[in-house]
Amino acid sequence: MYENLVYLDNAAATRLDERVLEAMKPYFFDVYAVATSQFGYSIGLDAREALDNARARIAAALGANPEEFIFTSGDTESSNLAIKGVALALGEKKGRHIITSPIEDFPVLHTVRALERQGFRATYVRVDETGRIDLDHLRESITPETILVSIQTANQEIGTLQDIRAIGEICREKGALFHTDATHAFPRVPLDVREIPVDLVTISAHTIHGPKGIGGLYIRRGTPVKKILDGGFHEFDLRPGVENIPGAVGFATAVELVTPEETERLRRMRDRLVERLLNEVPHTRLNGHPIYRLPHNANVSFRFVEGESLLLHLDMRGFAVSTGSACFSRSLEASHVILGIGGDHERAHGSVRFTFGRYNQEEDVDRVVEAVAEIVRELRRISPLGKE
Amino acid sequence: MPLPYSEIVMEHFRHPRNVGRIENPDAKAVEGSPACGDMVAVYLKVDPETQVITDIKFESYGCASNIATGSIITELAKGKTLEEAKRITWEEASRALGGLPPLKTHCAVLAVDGLHAAIENYEERHGLVKERQPTTVEFVRKRLKHVMNPVVGLDIVRTKLVKEIEVQDGVIRVVLDLPPDHMFAPTMKEDIEEKLGHRWDVKQVLVEFAG
Repeated sequence: MYENLVYLDNAAATRLDERVLEAMKPYFFDVYAVATSQFGYSIGLDAREALDNARARIAAALGANPEEFIFTSGDTESSNLAIKGVALALGEKKGRHIITSPIEDFPVLHTVRALERQGFRATYVRVDETGRIDLDHLRESITPETILVSIQTANQEIGTLQDIRAIGEICREKGALFHTDATHAFPRVPLDVREIPVDLVTISAHTIHGPKGIGGLYIRRGTPVKKILDGGFHEFDLRPGVENIPGAVGFATAVELVTPEETERLRRMRDRLVERLLNEVPHTRLNGHPIYRLPHNANVSFRFVEGESLLLHLDMRGFAVSTGSACFSRSLEASHVILGIGGDHERAHGSVRFTFGRYNQEEDVDRVVEAVAEIVRELRRISPLGKE
Repeated sequence: MPLPYSEIVMEHFRHPRNVGRIENPDAKAVEGSPACGDMVAVYLKVDPETQVITDIKFESYGCASNIATGSIITELAKGKTLEEAKRITWEEASRALGGLPPLKTHCAVLAVDGLHAAIENYEERHGLVKERQPTTVEFVRKRLKHVMNPVVGLDIVRTKLVKEIEVQDGVIRVVLDLPPDHMFAPTMKEDIEEKLGHRWDVKQVLVEFAG
């Protein structure tokens, strides 16, 4: 149906890998039972085994023990559970202060805001113009009442990577728990919880050619987290609900299919895209950090043009990208990330995110650069800005 | 699912009519700003005898519906007298485009406001304006009819979101019947400030949410 589509919005969702689908299929049609307790019937025990196995494989990729990883419906739920779960466990006992950054993705940002409305206090740690957080500001913001620091591993829009090892060490030293949203990083940017002092990690399958509707949360042994949904005793009594076993199996398979070689291939395409856009389209700038950034992410602002128009013209020519323009957002608000790193509204409106995935080819880069250059030229011709 | 835009919107987006500038225009106006993400500039040539708009051009910085509404108002206004063109409404522009999605009706408002501002600019330049109008509660209410409620695509007065308007010593206070954490609260606040902040006798615009 979309055979000529050049899909460059892999941060939003990815095409499912056929190998993932094949791995999932038996759990729709053959082993479709719920994962029963160890005293259940055979088909339920087989389902249990598949779930445990998927859990162990993802835990291994994180350097974690299987019982430290639970499945959720995706990164939104994982981050809600991490943050609200710690708030429920420690709000009364320790304190009601949480630290995060102004450029987090909505699952973290809006969860923290929801807690603020319930009387928690939040500090938004400063970020520089590339999106890296100010470590000194973080250190001085942690008080004895601080129950949790939630800082992403990589930014969803501009791809900036944080120094999560340094952040984790500061949190350890000052006695605060540390949650990181690694939805856009894991496993392309490896994260090993034996090396990084982190207590909670949000991950999701939808960004790595796995199925939508499955994600997970790493919870270091002993971390105080209370469940936020009430129901049965699934997932170590932290996340009730019938387990999504096909999803879990698909997620584990998707994690294993990501290789450093593939990620390197995406990085080369990304680098060439950035180089060509910056060289060939005037009044263009890269948003985010030039080095500390996701290997498959490019985010570029084109001055004097508005992103939704650019996106729509690209769509008509068979390209899918994303923009931080207010006109494109569901709430008509410009990207909080571009504004958060000190960019103005115009830079946010003219920002376009290109994210590569497994099914992109070298020639996609040249095709999209040519299309973008032409469309930007045309939109600037009709724009009242940038003429004088 | 098809795009949320009508065929006519897409046609005007792809091939906008009357794009560009008029050298030495008889009047011009810019509505919106890069900050709100939508901006339209309108240039007019007017026959001084007949008051007929003989030429009109526009430039747009904005989304597809911004470009399309800019384009359609030039078609609606060309050949009309200034008085006739003043009576063009955003609803008319939207209808001429085969309708706009609710989230985008503010683009039609912006384009039509741009046209009306250009006409005002002509009248100012040619000594056709009366006294400067003071900013009264009634005036504010009238302007608020140009602020859209993106949920339904109709203005915030008609959709009864405006609870209270107060004007005192150059300070306008508008209370909206919306919770402060409503998803459209920030964009409506910005829009209201944009519509009223530049008035000659206004020092401050306060937008409060009490829903």
